[in-house]
Amino acid sequence: MSSEIKKEYAIECKGIRKTFGKVVANDDIDLTVRYGEILALLGENGSGKTTLMNMLSGIYHPDRGTIKIGGREVCINTPKDSIGLGIGMIHQHFKLVEVMSAMDNIVLGTKEKRLKPKVLKEKILQISEQFGLEIDPEKKIYDMSVSEKQTVEILKVLYRGANILILDEPTAVLTPQETKKLFSILKRMREKGNAVIIITHKLNEVMEISDRVTILRKGKSMDTVMTAETDEKKLTELMVGRQVSLSIKRPEVKDRKKMLSIEDLVVSKADGTTGLDHVSFDLYGGEILGVAGIAGSGQKELCESLAGLMKIDSGKVMHNDKDITGMGFEEMTQAGVRMSFVPEDRLGMGLVASMDMVGNMLLRSYRNNKGFFVDRKPARQLAESLIEKLEILTPGVETPVRRLSGGNVQKVLLGREIESNPNVLITAYPVRGLDVNSTYRIFDLLNEQKEKGVAVMFVGEDLDALLELADRILVLCHGKITGIVDARETTKEKLGLMMTGITEEVS
Amino acid sequence: MIIKFLVAAVLAGAPLLFGTMGEILNERVGHLNLGVEGMMSLGACGGFMIGYWTDNLFLAIIAAFLAGMMGALIYAVLTVFLMADQNVTGLTLTIFGIGLSNFIGEYMLDRSPQGTLKLPEHISAQLSNIHVKGLSDIPVVGELLFTYNIFVYLGVVLAVILGYYLFKTKVGLNVCAIGENPAAADAAGIPITQLKLFNILLGGGICGIGGAYSAMIICGGVWISNCVNGLGWIAVALVIFANWSPRKAIFGSLVFGGFSVLKYYIPKSLFQLPNAFYDALPFLVTALVLVMTSIRQSKDKAQPASCGVNYFREER
Repeated sequence: MSSEIKKEYAIECKGIRKTFGKVVANDDIDLTVRYGEILALLGENGSGKTTLMNMLSGIYHPDRGTIKIGGREVCINTPKDSIGLGIGMIHQHFKLVEVMSAMDNIVLGTKEKRLKPKVLKEKILQISEQFGLEIDPEKKIYDMSVSEKQTVEILKVLYRGANILILDEPTAVLTPQETKKLFSILKRMREKGNAVIIITHKLNEVMEISDRVTILRKGKSMDTVMTAETDEKKLTELMVGRQVSLSIKRPEVKDRKKMLSIEDLVVSKADGTTGLDHVSFDLYGGEILGVAGIAGSGQKELCESLAGLMKIDSGKVMHNDKDITGMGFEEMTQAGVRMSFVPEDRLGMGLVASMDMVGNMLLRSYRNNKGFFVDRKPARQLAESLIEKLEILTPGVETPVRRLSGGNVQKVLLGREIESNPNVLITAYPVRGLDVNSTYRIFDLLNEQKEKGVAVMFVGEDLDALLELADRILVLCHGKITGIVDARETTKEKLGLMMTGITEEVS
Repeated sequence: MIIKFLVAAVLAGAPLLFGTMGEILNERVGHLNLGVEGMMSLGACGGFMIGYWTDNLFLAIIAAFLAGMMGALIYAVLTVFLMADQNVTGLTLTIFGIGLSNFIGEYMLDRSPQGTLKLPEHISAQLSNIHVKGLSDIPVVGELLFTYNIFVYLGVVLAVILGYYLFKTKVGLNVCAIGENPAAADAAGIPITQLKLFNILLGGGICGIGGAYSAMIICGGVWISNCVNGLGWIAVALVIFANWSPRKAIFGSLVFGGFSVLKYYIPKSLFQLPNAFYDALPFLVTALVLVMTSIRQSKDKAQPASCGVNYFREER
């Protein structure tokens, strides 16, 4: 990259506006990125980050405003135009063809003739070496881990010779070690004179990697600041619009009662492979037990087998010396375990997406209903009280829950579960994809439950949050427990190592 | 006896091969087109009528292709551009195609002086099985390879070409990507709409040729209403049997063709089975294949993942 080009802005957006029906997603947004710079794009859910980036990658077309690439005004109508301008986007949900090999995915849609596999492989390995990437070009995507898939996405962009790279929440699914690796790759791309835009919710990552930060709030660009001249607190204020305390509380509960003891649990995954491999631990009332692990290490099986949704192959789940293994929801309630489960798939498994709040409340409470007809009144009252108590943003109790934003959906689900007065609360990734405000609200709710003496299990991916919120952290790797540690005494690095299978003394 | 059976199986399987290839092209771009039966009917009508008028086989095949393509065009406009439900559109196309071809057939029958429609002699001669001096006379091999009508050879050549197109060319790679994950294909800069249109229309045309086969050869050169008679549905099932590969469709249609003529070659003295059993055999086998594929759970050998779902780029 010559120094002459470097002075130019790689991307210059001016007055971008985009509406979806009546909803204004982007309103008069300005954004600039230089070559050889990493810009972080920060904002709450629904602040319009992804919409803005999708306009750069040709998925949407702006209603108003101009986009300049390399100083030249352009019109991006299709993803093809965008690629032609040297823009490469790595979407939050990977855009890869599962049944094809990495190689085929990389050359997909490129213009040149189909190369011989050998030549192509050579070419790909050469590029990956240049940027310190590791990849097996012949591996099929469905056999890959999340971080491998991300590598393929990055290579796809590099192969096309893109010099502007956009990453939409790339670290959400990575372990700390993988995140570090990604960041070193991004830094290398910056050194080579590429422009990088990274979207993330995690402030510490913004501070670590970016040169400048642009903050969006409610579809408007609030400010752009130099990373070196700001801190996490100021960024949060800009993002949320008011002061937010960034520390997660961890109240101490004196009276801890053993709620469940899990002994030697073995559970198979849906495809027949091992899900949980002889897992034993205790769950106490009045504590939050964090569960960490690389995606697919058995978290899903752990949650669902405890909640009575999955078949247990062997092992026992005990409550007060009563064997509750393999019991369904109602039997468990009779045995004294009031189980609540907030699944990972909120709209698929937790709530009925096309039903309104009242209907979703009824799903949990209709059993208490006497007589032949359903009385919707108590459910409606419950829904209304939840809206008030949890500050749920919704046009009304009759709006289908799928229309709500992620944070509000989670509040509906968690609120309903808490109202059913559980003594065991299992939550899987309850703050995934949620912005700062909603995240802290959810943490507060979980802490309230803990103080009430509920046994809370919190499966999470954000290790920083786990370390601050949980009392103990259980680490899973390939279905085995590689450590149960005191969250006050461990570090992120240690957890990361355990997640990859290096066993720690069980405390 | 066995050779006779095999020859009959090839002849019965040929229309299935065309229908299957057409549907494979559709499903490879993620469009489950249940209108194969309809497109074949349209092709049957177009091919037969043009053949009847012009006495020219080449024009008849072109007409069959265009007629099938016209059906596919209706389907493509509704599903690709207007995002209509693929299943409903396909079923409607089947009803429409059968209805229209029967209507035209009846109309022509009414106006014909003899009360029947019979293909003229010249074209009938062209449609009969070939006989290459020397080659066809080789015992066994010659009989098995060189005694069919021109459609059979056209179908096999087409299957080989389509196999090359889908699995060896860059465009084919892009096509397969669309069928698996249109959003990924779109983000990679592949012109989705054009490729979808191309594949659906080409597929419809090929189905049309299959229809012409059943009208002109299976029905013996005389127009009969409902001449496709469910072959299109077997083709849809054959796509699964053939693993979405045109070349495997050659084998698949041979097998299914064999099933459909089996009843004439199993002596009644051996097994006393009703004809309906033989008619049901292809479907029984398809059900078995479905069970086997679902047990195997291979990700490579499954229906293209986005099949049946329309893609709209700006959908949120």
